[in-house]
Amino acid sequence: MTAARPPLPAPSRSEYCVIACAEAWRGAGEVLASPMGLIPSLGARLARCTFSPDLLLTDGEALLVGPGGEVEGWLPYRRHLTMVTGGRRHVMMGASQLDRHGNQNISCIGDWARPARQLLGVRGAPVNTLNHPVSYWVPRHSARVFVEKVDMVSGVGYDRARGARFHRVPRVVTDLGVLDFETPDRSMRLASLHPGVTVEQVREATGFPLAVPGGGPVPYTREPTAEELRLVREVLDPDGRRDRGIGAR
Amino acid sequence: MVDKTMTADDVAGRLRSGMTLGIGGWGSRRKPMALVRAVLRSGVTDLTVVSYGGPDVGMLCAAGRVRRLVAPFATLDSVPLEPHFRAAREAGTIAMTELDEAMFMWGLHAAANRLPFMPVRAGLGSDVMRVNPELRTVRSPYDDGEEFVAAPALRLDAALVHLNRADRLGNGQYLGPDPYFDDLFCEAADEAYLSCERLVETGGLAEGAAPQTLLVGRHSVSGVVEAPGGAHFTSCAPDHARDEPFQRMYATTPWAEFAGRFLSGPDEHAYSRAVRAWHEGQR
Repeated sequence: MTAARPPLPAPSRSEYCVIACAEAWRGAGEVLASPMGLIPSLGARLARCTFSPDLLLTDGEALLVGPGGEVEGWLPYRRHLTMVTGGRRHVMMGASQLDRHGNQNISCIGDWARPARQLLGVRGAPVNTLNHPVSYWVPRHSARVFVEKVDMVSGVGYDRARGARFHRVPRVVTDLGVLDFETPDRSMRLASLHPGVTVEQVREATGFPLAVPGGGPVPYTREPTAEELRLVREVLDPDGRRDRGIGAR
Repeated sequence: MVDKTMTADDVAGRLRSGMTLGIGGWGSRRKPMALVRAVLRSGVTDLTVVSYGGPDVGMLCAAGRVRRLVAPFATLDSVPLEPHFRAAREAGTIAMTELDEAMFMWGLHAAANRLPFMPVRAGLGSDVMRVNPELRTVRSPYDDGEEFVAAPALRLDAALVHLNRADRLGNGQYLGPDPYFDDLFCEAADEAYLSCERLVETGGLAEGAAPQTLLVGRHSVSGVVEAPGGAHFTSCAPDHARDEPFQRMYATTPWAEFAGRFLSGPDEHAYSRAVRAWHEGQR
């Protein structure tokens, strides 16, 4: 007989976010997972450690590394760009603005010719979105991000990618839930709510009408398994960095 | 064999206002900052700057030397937004050609290969096409008939790059993990100037390092400058990491104050002394 283990603390909001990000790479095969930001990085590494063992990961610089940091390949920027156009990559980018068709902006806010706020520039968003799956991570779901029309289309959405052979935007993960484009007209849909969040809350934080799955309530983001929680809490992020900036609301 | 060594100020003296100037490195990594500082000391202005932008872009914008910027981004990496690039864009003081990272790379390839353009699967559907109305598309002449963007050649009047080692002939070697696009910048330029952390004998280049570290060939280089710490405050792995405290100060200090304290001296030695004094003042 072993003593009953104390129950694990319930998953936090940030842990649901990590799970929802990890799910982006389920079934992706032997492709490069390119996460931008801490939560997507934890998601990619969790997927690599569990249900997507063939994923390739980078150290954020020029190396391909295993989950323990062991080097398995060389990936300087120009080879990285070849991987983009070769299609063997699924990136999870950030977004300063996103619209209902999945157009993304990281370039500037306001008129491009004289922006009110200059941001990064388009970076690789145009080439990414025409060549391989691109998901997005938005740490604070708000009507400032989810807008009717983005100011500068950097990443290309479904309405502007007609005929593009390799275009796909599988999912958008936010601190409130998961969004996808599984609707007849490929407009954004609320695919799942993180536990503790309501549909109304997401609608209020979204600057355009949001589709919901037909014929029933919006499902919740799945629960992490005990092993997934252990990996996140003890191996991948023992310092709890994931909770910074992601609280229940 | 021609000894191509010169000073950073010699390099700046060979540049002319109105030139198209390519700058190697990436973001706040291995930027030829000693050469950029020499440009700032010179009277060269009205530049078209072509760069995967970092503080090179920010400083030249802040000093009013840039007429047009050709870039997919400008960032300090650990500080996401380049403050002086932002200020210039928001004030409308520079023109910009904003390209995607891949369009930019293939533009350099086209220039290096003496081609007018390269077809890329990038840009279509994005506002890169809207804000650059001069961009054209091409259709595949083969059965697929797919439409591509014709990324125009980014031919450069001059290029500036910084590597870890070089010889007097202009052979350049990188010892860090990423070549970035420095060889392409040199090959895309009519005149390329290479600064290095340390000048070595030609025979010393391949000692202790694999031959594929010999990134830049002397046939594409017009001048070589020995500039230890010449990438400061950007990174130059493995010789030195980014100077993060200094970069944070750069990003938060008004330009006139920063330039007055660090860039008003007569040469790179004065800059290094000012940086040392600043670090000592931080202790």
